[in-house]
Amino acid sequence: MEVLIPIITMGALSFLFSFGLVFAYKKLKVEEDPKIEEVSEMLPQANCGACGYSGCRAFAEAVVRGDAAANGCPVGGEEVANKVAEALGIKAGEVIKKVVRVLCRGTQDAAKNRGVYLGISTCYASHLIGGNKQCSYGCLSYGDCVRVCPFDALYMGEAGLPVVMEEKCTACGKCVDACPRNLLELHPISQEIFVFCHSLDRGPTARKVCKNACIACGICVRACPEAIVLENNLAKILDYKKIDPETIPDIEKCPTGAIGRLRKDDEG
Amino acid sequence: MKTITFPHGIHPPVYKEPTAEKRIETMAPPEKVFIPLHQHFGAPAEPLVKKGDEVYLGQIIGEAKALFSASVHASVSGKVLAVDGYNHPLGKPLLSVSIANDGQDRLFPDLQETKDAFSLSPDEIRQKVKEAGIVGLGGAAFPTTVKLSPPKGKTIDTIIINGCECEPILTSDYRLMLEYPEDILKGTELVRIATGAKRIIVGIEDNKKKAFGLLQEKIQDYTGEIVLLKTKYPQGAEKNLIYAALRREVPRGGLPFDVGVVVQNVGTVKAIWDAVSKGKPLYERALTVSGNGIKEPKNLLVRIGTTFQNVVDFCGGFEESVNILVMGGPMMGLSQWTSDVPVIKGTSGILAWTAPDPSIEYTCIRCGRCIDNCPMRLVPTQLMKYVRFDHLSEAENWGIQDCVECGCCQYTCPANIPLVHWIRLGKNQIMSSRRRKSA
Repeated sequence: MEVLIPIITMGALSFLFSFGLVFAYKKLKVEEDPKIEEVSEMLPQANCGACGYSGCRAFAEAVVRGDAAANGCPVGGEEVANKVAEALGIKAGEVIKKVVRVLCRGTQDAAKNRGVYLGISTCYASHLIGGNKQCSYGCLSYGDCVRVCPFDALYMGEAGLPVVMEEKCTACGKCVDACPRNLLELHPISQEIFVFCHSLDRGPTARKVCKNACIACGICVRACPEAIVLENNLAKILDYKKIDPETIPDIEKCPTGAIGRLRKDDEG
Repeated sequence: MKTITFPHGIHPPVYKEPTAEKRIETMAPPEKVFIPLHQHFGAPAEPLVKKGDEVYLGQIIGEAKALFSASVHASVSGKVLAVDGYNHPLGKPLLSVSIANDGQDRLFPDLQETKDAFSLSPDEIRQKVKEAGIVGLGGAAFPTTVKLSPPKGKTIDTIIINGCECEPILTSDYRLMLEYPEDILKGTELVRIATGAKRIIVGIEDNKKKAFGLLQEKIQDYTGEIVLLKTKYPQGAEKNLIYAALRREVPRGGLPFDVGVVVQNVGTVKAIWDAVSKGKPLYERALTVSGNGIKEPKNLLVRIGTTFQNVVDFCGGFEESVNILVMGGPMMGLSQWTSDVPVIKGTSGILAWTAPDPSIEYTCIRCGRCIDNCPMRLVPTQLMKYVRFDHLSEAENWGIQDCVECGCCQYTCPANIPLVHWIRLGKNQIMSSRRRKSA
């Protein structure tokens, strides 16, 4: 008989609480636009923050409010932009697929070390004391960008430079912020020619510290003066669209390989 | 005799024997000096000379434009070779003036002596200190003019002269106290006039009894008292010294001004006396060259801009197996990439070692030794974890910005975790993200 007492008390209690729950559901309901839920479900749910909002949910709210564009999610790309636009009945806008590029070719063989670095293995810490490489602009090879990538799109290559896996990269830009030397940049996937150097040192110094550094010789500028200029001892592509594909072989005559097409080892 | 101190802290071996009894030798100026324009806390000085100019010894070559800045002076007479980037003890190349020494040490004619320095007004003293480019010589190189100008509404009642030299190995402050006690006490008097303080306290650790005895004798002619402090690291850190001497606690994020105190290093007050009475700008400083990688350890008076290599050559050169070169003390000093870096105003020592490879780092076993020893009462192990796993805002809530980077936590860590490295990294990341937000 004793077993009945708890059964009855618990039953009575649950009956009581269920009234509370029903009351809360009916009376304390917050009205929300069902579209937010709908849009939110279309998003990749990476919560990476690349759109500039604090997460996918916040971005969905912004799109529904009209504060953000349908193509604002770089991770989702064209597919998600179209879906979101369709659901909300707005225009998707043009989506250019971007990927991150590592614009340094200071591999272990090319860029000389300054000494034995005994500090903690992060690029930022090494950069604070001037960096473990003789080049004060190049990659430090401790992989802050690799650690920060939420999509595992980067890995540290054998040559001591991070390698981007294009198909995994969503252009969220976290690695761009993580690099203390600002060597990573987002570029449209179709772009082929890059300046793989950030060194502002004068030619002889740059050459001494890294075999692959831009020495500002000007060969690329002569090949394509409309689009490439020299600025602070460094070649700079002003407008990629203006580069005539026929001049590319001339641009690639760069004696150090600091400017040119992506190589296989850059892409992984 | 009764000694006073602060809570927490550590007792590392002091190793001061090799240089403690050696007089400060004057090192002959080298053939070339490289004088960085950024040698202090704050904004770099702006160059006043260009390539090819002839400069005198003590001539101003870099002007302090910002409030937190200090002027820079030529440390030899001769011709300016270049105004360009050069290796710097901070690790990055920074704008420096290189001068070829003509060997004549022609003194800048504008430098004037003051006969009766004690009759100057506070503003005149501050002006002379500013012109001489004096910064704190204990190591942090904080511009002294700022310390001598208390902000409105804050009164200074006490001056503490820091003769602790709690860093192991270094002995240059100890030698200054033994060799120039009069200058130190006169400089202190000038600081007292400039700040309007009533009380002077000179703090000396109890392993420097000789200096304590000597200053005790000399101070009879001046106002002030000398206190004996327990030998403990970091006794010489400003906030700990204030607590030890006065039992006053500097508030979080505050300066000694907030508790009515100004702390000056013994080297700094000597430099203030030289600047005000003799008109001598800060173009040379005393430092200790020591460590098991130096053939003849010495205390030296060195011109600013002399490279470490020149200084070490003067001390018989490096032992062959040297692998670590440090500017400053062994606890807080900065490791150097190369010996081709100049001595700057903040160089309190040059130390070289043959050290074994660093020991392996283990995981934290939460023993709490770092917490027991932290003089700022922080939780280093937790701060390290927050920085390591990118929770900077949490680290800020746990007071990471209050860390003085003394290194007590790392020294006692049984797991060899580089706690200070992580904390410094976190502090820098927080500062740079703040700058980015405000920009």
